[in-house]
This record gives sequence, C-alpha cells and structure tokens, in this order.
Amino acid sequence: MAAIVEILEVSKAYRRGGYLLAVLTNINLAIETGDFLALMGPSGSGKTTLLNLIAGLDQADEGTIRVGGVDITSLSESDLAAWRAGNVGFIFQFYNLIPVLTAFENVELPLMLSGLPKKERQEHVAMALGLVNLQDRMDHYPGQLSGGQQQRVAIARAVVTDPTILVADEPTGDLDRGSAEEVLGLMEQLSSGLGKTIIMVTHDPRAARRARSMRYLDKGVLAHAPQITFSEYL
Amino acid sequence: MLLRLLFRNTFRHRLRAALTVCGMAVAILAFGLLRTVIAAWYAGVEASAANRLVTRNAISLVFTLPISYKDRIRGVEGVKIVSYGAWFGAYYVEQKNFFANFAVEPKTYLELYPEFVVPADQKEAFLRDRKGCVVGRKLAKRFNWRVNDTVTLIGTIFPGNWEFVVRAIYDGRDDTIDDTQFFFHWDYLNETVKRTVPRRADQVGFYMIGLSDPDHAAATAKAIDAVFKNSYAETLTETERSFQMGFVSMSEAILTAIRLVSLVIIVIIMAVVANTMAMSVRERLGEFAVFKTLGFQGRYLAGMILGESLFITTLGGLFGILLTFPAAEAFRREVGTWFPVFKVEPETIYLDIAATLIVGTVAAVLPVWRAMSVRIAEGLRRIG
Repeated sequence: MAAIVEILEVSKAYRRGGYLLAVLTNINLAIETGDFLALMGPSGSGKTTLLNLIAGLDQADEGTIRVGGVDITSLSESDLAAWRAGNVGFIFQFYNLIPVLTAFENVELPLMLSGLPKKERQEHVAMALGLVNLQDRMDHYPGQLSGGQQQRVAIARAVVTDPTILVADEPTGDLDRGSAEEVLGLMEQLSSGLGKTIIMVTHDPRAARRARSMRYLDKGVLAHAPQITFSEYL
Repeated sequence: MLLRLLFRNTFRHRLRAALTVCGMAVAILAFGLLRTVIAAWYAGVEASAANRLVTRNAISLVFTLPISYKDRIRGVEGVKIVSYGAWFGAYYVEQKNFFANFAVEPKTYLELYPEFVVPADQKEAFLRDRKGCVVGRKLAKRFNWRVNDTVTLIGTIFPGNWEFVVRAIYDGRDDTIDDTQFFFHWDYLNETVKRTVPRRADQVGFYMIGLSDPDHAAATAKAIDAVFKNSYAETLTETERSFQMGFVSMSEAILTAIRLVSLVIIVIIMAVVANTMAMSVRERLGEFAVFKTLGFQGRYLAGMILGESLFITTLGGLFGILLTFPAAEAFRREVGTWFPVFKVEPETIYLDIAATLIVGTVAAVLPVWRAMSVRIAEGLRRIG
C-alpha cells in the first residue's frame, strides 16, 4: 500500500537556556494508508514532538514531511493552519474540549472553517456523534460528561471533517481501564472499518497492542528495526 | 456559533465579568458627568448669538459706562439695535438664594433675546409696569412665584429692599436656554440710585448691540471702540461669544483639571479591562492552542478576544450612559444655581461611546498579541 506519511531525514532541536537540545535526529519513516501505528518510547524520547511535526503543529529544523503528497515543511503558518483544518484529526490525552460549548458544538467547531451550510454541518455532527454512540449526550457540556465520554466527543470532533490522518497523543492516558478500552475499540473501528490512518503516541502497552504496527523512539532516534512487535517492546 | 462562544466566554467568570462591567459603567458615568459639567460651563457660550455684540468698560466689567453712550453707539454703521443693562446682584430672602438678576432696558432687551419666550399679554404688562420683572420658568418654580406676585429682593451692590411685581414668566426657546434669570426695568434702578447715590446714576454695566449683518461683527466692534477712544471711559466691544468665553476662561484651570480627571478615569478603566482580558486570555491559552490546532487562524482568535473585550465595555458603557441621565438630573437639582443649563448633550453621549470603543479595543491589544503568539505545542502543554 502507498505511504500516506513520508518522513525524510527530519531533525528537531529545542533551545533550553544556552543549550541546543536535540529532540529528534534524522528520522525516516513511512506510514501506509489505513495503518494504525503506535509510537512508543520513554518520556522525553521525542514521541509527541514527532507527532506534532506530522500533524503540522510544529516545524522541523531539517528534513521533509509529506502527508498525502503535500510537503508540509514548505507551508507557511497560515497555509499549515488551513491544511490542518482539512487533513488532520486530533485526539489529545486531556480531551481538550471547549468547556463552554456542548458536545454537539464542540464537534461542530472544526466544521466552522469548512464553509459548509448549517444544515450539512448538523448532519455531519449527528453522524460523528452517532459513530461514537453519544447522540443522547449532544446537549451536554464537557463538565457534565465522564472522561471516557469526553474522549469520545473528542474522537467525534477529530473525524467530523473526514481528515486524511488521525493523530492521537496518549488518548487513554487520562482514562480508567473500561473507558480506555472503549476508546481504543473506537479507534480500531475507525482504522479497520473506515480505513482511517491513525498515528498514536502512547506509553500504555495495552493501548499499543491494539495498534496494527508500532515504532519505538529512544532519545530522538527511531529503533533500527523498521517494526518491532509488542512482545519485543515489553 | 462563534457569537455564542464569544458570549459564553465573556461570562465564564460571572463575578469577574460583572465587576468589570460595573467598573466600566461607573467610569462612563463619571466621565459623562464630568463632560456634562464642562458643557454646562460653556452653556452661555453655546447659547450666544452671532449677531450680538457686548460693549463694556475697557478696564474691567466692574467699571460702568455712561448711559449717554447709547445714542453714539446707535449711530455706528452696522448697529441695528442697542440695549443696555447692569448686574444687580441681589438675592431673595437669604444669601443662599442666589440667581442671576439684571436691570435692563426692557423693550430692546427682549427684542434682542428672542430665545426668551414671553407670552404677549405678559410682555405688555411687564413693559407697562416700571416695577415689573420677568423671571425664568425654572426660577419661578424654584420660589413658587406666580404672575402678579410681589417679590422683594435684597440688594448687595445696590443695598436695600427692592420690591418687584412678577409680570411675566419666560420659557427658553429650547433646553439650552437658561431660564433661571430675573430681569427688571433699568429705569427703576436708576431712579432709585439717583435719589440715594446720585454719583452712581445714569450708568450701565454693559451695552448689548444687535447687528444688521453678523459678518461685519469685527468691523462694527472696532468702529464702536474707536468712537470712545481717549474718552474717560473707553470701551471694549466683542461678540457675545467672546464675552461669555471671557467668563469661562477665568475658570480655565478648573476646566483643564476636570478634563484631565475625565481622561484619567478612562485610562484607569482601560487598565482594569485590560487586566481582566489578560487574565481571561492567560487562563485560556490552552484553549487558544486547541483552536489553532483545529485550523483557526490568528484573526479568529483576535476577533474572539476583541469581541469579548468590546462586549464587556459596551455593556458597561451602556449602563453608564443610561445612568448618566438620572445622575445628571440629581446633580442639576443640587447645583442648579451654578449651572442653570445642565443637560447631557448628544456630544457627551458620542464621547461616551467613543471612550467605550477605545477602551474595549485598547484593552484587547496585549491579550490578542499574547494569544496569537503562543505556540501550539506550548499552549497544549498548559492543559496537562
């Protein structure tokens, strides 16, 4: 299958005080369309930084990142924002829902930039909330929902624009086991059922086990083996 | 939905938003009242007509001019009508009952001041009675005077008890006209002065001159003063506006102080609103990062923050403006003696609105910059 994400010789460093701290070094990675990839590694290994670069939230110092054929490293800040709006769905550890908006409004938020008429937006939102089985909670504010429900709303928000890729940063990190299983089940369903490409950063081996493939990052360098198995990681 | 979001964000911290709105309302109220005080100070200037000149003693208004100047002024080219009068400076019953009272040549004076609207029958009665007087509606109301009432004023410049009969009550043509004044016949004053202090007789405090062409006011004024050059009582002739401005400029330092205070109030509330907005934005940097993540660009965030800031200030400004009217009325009741025309001018409301918009906009500048400059990764880290 063709690679939807191509990362070529990407490096990233942050300046801390007077020092330049290398976070990612010469990363090369290809992610196939429809893959459900788990990115694992210890804290500070650069997982979230790599995810941010793939999602266009941060800029690489060196190298090229292509997503769906678009070289996002060459895009300007505003072009990158427009690209993100149409191509990337985000799932965060702490859900990052807007507390003053209802579940329905939170899911509708990314569609505000799509130019779709209100009626169509409402249909999309209803469909996305149906996908995560939360139609009956659409008028609830995030504060009125459990952690698992909030994360499901976040997933609905991530998929409502039908993005090219979904990126998830520790999506089960703040959930109890039952809710985590529910969320992972949904992600599996999005990958296998709808063919979505998902890149998930996680510390949780149980979450990683649900992914179709896994890559391991250590000190900013991808493991030599192109793919390691879950048991190898453990 | 973005408007709904703006509204809900504004009142996310209800107490903080309510206190800021209250602060803004009080600031606009104070600003509006101070501007109204300034406008009241200039009411005489604003009410002055372009076709009227005032001639007074060149040394000072305290010094008088002989009545004999009247005909010589009348002879100057461009002069259509000449009236005259003197400040009487009396009070009613007690010294605290102060109001403006003048001895005037009644016929020409009323002709020169069409803005004092007197019913025809009352005007006739006033002109016929040498002890008659005309009082403004507000003044009559203040002392419960009615037409044909006898009123005794106690003189200060011209000591003694002076008896008058209220023959007419005038209304201002509009609400910018001072209707707290008291006019009576200069002849009545002069006859009494002739008997009691003859050396002060046949003197007037000022001449009021009606012009045939206001465009020639400067030339006519110059011509009048030239007539009395090198006389024992030289004259100073100026437009009524300049004459009134002369009084206002005596209080220029106070007016400047009031203007400064009104500006300081706006600067203070600007800092308060800016602080509220800065706090609100600082608490929501993570949310702004989420918005950016979803593809919302800087202009959306700027619009949202600016909208919240303007919403708070507009709400406060609106309350402030609404409160200004009853507050001004209460103020007028208390200090009506000093400010006969004390009303909230449309210009004051425009200034209130401008101040509201400026405060809302300026207060949002730094928070907008902060929200726009936060990096997504940094903002998202704040949420964890």
